[in-house]
Amino acid sequence: MASKTPFYILVTLLFVTGLALTIQRHVAFEVPMTPGVKRTVWSVDAKIEFFANGSAVKASLATPISQPGFTLLHQNAASPGYGLNFVQKDNMPRAEWTIREAAGTQELFYKVQLLEDDNTELTGLAAVPAVTPPEWVEPYGTAAEQLTLDVTQRSADAFSYTRELLKQFANNNLSQNAELLLNSEPDRSQLVVKLLNQANISARVVGGLKLEDGRRRQPLNAFVQVYEGEQWLLFDAKTGKEANRESLLLWEQTDSSLLDLEGGYNSLVTFSMIKQEQPALMAVKEKLSSQDLLNFSIQSLPIEEQALFKGILLIPIGVLVVVLMRVIVGLKTSGTFMPVLIAMAFIQTSLLTGLVGFILVVGTGLIIRSYLSRLNLLLVSRISAVIIMVILMIGLFSVISYKVGLSEGLKITFFPMIILSWTIERMSVLWEEEGAKEVLRQGGGSLLVAVLAYLAMNNDYVRHITFNFLGVQLIIMSLVLLLGSYTGYRLLELYRFKSMAEK
Amino acid sequence: MFGLLANPFKLKEKGIMGMNKRNGHYIGRYNKRCLYPLVDNKLKTKIIAQDAKVTTPALIGVISSQAEVSKVGEMIKGHPGFVIKPAKGSGGKGILVITKVEHDRYYKPNGAEETHEDFERHVSNILAGLFSLGGAQDVAVIEALIEFDTAFDGFSYEGVPDVRVIVFKGFPVMAMMRLSTTDSDGKANLHQGAVGVGIDIGTGKALHAVQFGDPVTHHPDTGRALNELVVPQWDTLIRLAASCYEMSGLGYLGTDMVLDRDKGPMLLELNARPGLAIQVANGAGLLPRLKLVESLGEKKMTPEQRIEFAFKHFSSTPTL
Repeated sequence: MASKTPFYILVTLLFVTGLALTIQRHVAFEVPMTPGVKRTVWSVDAKIEFFANGSAVKASLATPISQPGFTLLHQNAASPGYGLNFVQKDNMPRAEWTIREAAGTQELFYKVQLLEDDNTELTGLAAVPAVTPPEWVEPYGTAAEQLTLDVTQRSADAFSYTRELLKQFANNNLSQNAELLLNSEPDRSQLVVKLLNQANISARVVGGLKLEDGRRRQPLNAFVQVYEGEQWLLFDAKTGKEANRESLLLWEQTDSSLLDLEGGYNSLVTFSMIKQEQPALMAVKEKLSSQDLLNFSIQSLPIEEQALFKGILLIPIGVLVVVLMRVIVGLKTSGTFMPVLIAMAFIQTSLLTGLVGFILVVGTGLIIRSYLSRLNLLLVSRISAVIIMVILMIGLFSVISYKVGLSEGLKITFFPMIILSWTIERMSVLWEEEGAKEVLRQGGGSLLVAVLAYLAMNNDYVRHITFNFLGVQLIIMSLVLLLGSYTGYRLLELYRFKSMAEK
Repeated sequence: MFGLLANPFKLKEKGIMGMNKRNGHYIGRYNKRCLYPLVDNKLKTKIIAQDAKVTTPALIGVISSQAEVSKVGEMIKGHPGFVIKPAKGSGGKGILVITKVEHDRYYKPNGAEETHEDFERHVSNILAGLFSLGGAQDVAVIEALIEFDTAFDGFSYEGVPDVRVIVFKGFPVMAMMRLSTTDSDGKANLHQGAVGVGIDIGTGKALHAVQFGDPVTHHPDTGRALNELVVPQWDTLIRLAASCYEMSGLGYLGTDMVLDRDKGPMLLELNARPGLAIQVANGAGLLPRLKLVESLGEKKMTPEQRIEFAFKHFSSTPTL
């Protein structure tokens, strides 16, 4: 019998290392242990991709400034081999990359940290744009004039004028003049600005970014900024309504372009973002780009990967819940780690929608699968048939729920389809072998574990700890190893063997 | 809450083994993974059993490819009864029993008739893996019918009365019989309602019986008193069970034995992960017995000595 000592040394080592890393990060980098007293900091990455001609390249990207709602904390850029300058052009900042010679696919990164803040004054905003009377060719001139006259009559000021004007462009009720004008200028936002200028109203097109945690490869959205004196409002030309300014970052606030590129083509700018909770003090202080080896944290990765890791780092928590439930409680689950994957899907769908969707898909799947089992098919083609069936069902449920106005139902697509198919297959075999009772027991057990894993993984505190302290992973690892050598009773065995203890 | 659950310290005191203990301490330590195929495949079990001179039901033939399916008729010619089963089947699935053959007409135990086509389809299904774990491809094994010993008449409803003996490092440590009932639908699984009867290692007499975890004294369907139950030729049976250790190499082993009227005890199958229900059937925990065997260390003992040791230490008095 091998000695258990090396095992316990390993477990202790893992635990102590994990704890030490966590404490070190807490003390040296002042990362708080609780998600409490904190301010929200958004990290936004702009990724510029283009194809260089092989000659000198100059890329100039508009960069954001502090604005109502967001204070700029820190910005930097990564781009191997390129010279980098932060310059002012037309009183607005831009990041400029230059290189003597570049060929092939190029990737440039610009990263900015913004503190969410409601107190910021309208500082640093670009000047009110000048009104330039538009020039039209016929028949557009007449159409624009008619439209202006029409709208002027029904409005009182710049803002009500804009609202009335946008009504003319309403999707389901496009006026004749508006339709004609769209032919001359297909970009709705630009057209609206032109028409506002015609009525002597200052306006410009700005680029806005909707900040949502964990989003990747997002484009910039165009909004129309309308001035009445010093006041301004934002309108969305596509919906015809005033833009929802909540977590909307105005990235580019002049009429200049987002990206000026010389020496390249096929350029594309996409944005990734994540939300971090940081103490106000540290948010200003921390140099997240620090290349210090000791600053071994997820925060030193590009935002796109950080967003990915936010989810990945939660998996060990779910795994720990599964181990606890199986080894200590003795719950039966169908498929060892299936509950974790279901819990991950619950995080995307919200619990209730997820539960209803899961039961709906698996339940319907079992009914259809019972027909397949009568066909005596081989396993691989049977599972394949189940996978296709699951996809069709998910499609069907999505369409039905959308038609009846339940947009929640669309979230059903977040479920991992292959896992669902295997679940249906296993449950179905179980049904034939052991009867419906066992299916309910194992299915219920899996769902219960999935819900518990979801509750653990969706907890703010847990999210904060796992994302900020990599050392916690080692602690979880040591716990899992320790549980693996637990040979005591399971909770359900205390029930099973109850009669024996009493004798 | 505590009314529903047992006190874990009391369970420990009684030596009841839990699933974690079984997996981590016994199966993990004494059963080498590479030996599992020997017991998970009934054909392989049969081959090693024959080499070790352990009696098993006689092999009539094996069908391993679709092309051989049409030979089924030839194989079974002249046999008064036979059993077709998948080599890797689990939980008794896919077992077709024919008890009577008359003028090319075949009858199942319940009197229903099976045709030639029915057999061939059944064999094809076995080959396709319909009954095996995970749907893996399989072979069909055809065995001679076991003539059940009349000693068990009235103790079982429809199903096969078999004896499960746990053999630890070659020592038979605990035994039970599983009697099927109407509740268990003729199946021998305790959680489905079969009666579990603990059998004394020393004598083969019934010790204690449970159904759904509660003690019973009579078979629920036939009403026969369970304390009359004695396994005949117990000495031979227990020796046969113990010899499965050398044959399989598995340290912690469940052996399923049946009694043939003419040929005596036979090995039906082996199990590398025997369940814990045997403790409930015996009303006793496995751990004290397992620990006693472990305390002997690596001392070399002959099978004869091991059985003597088991008779001496693992016998108990009936509570029925």
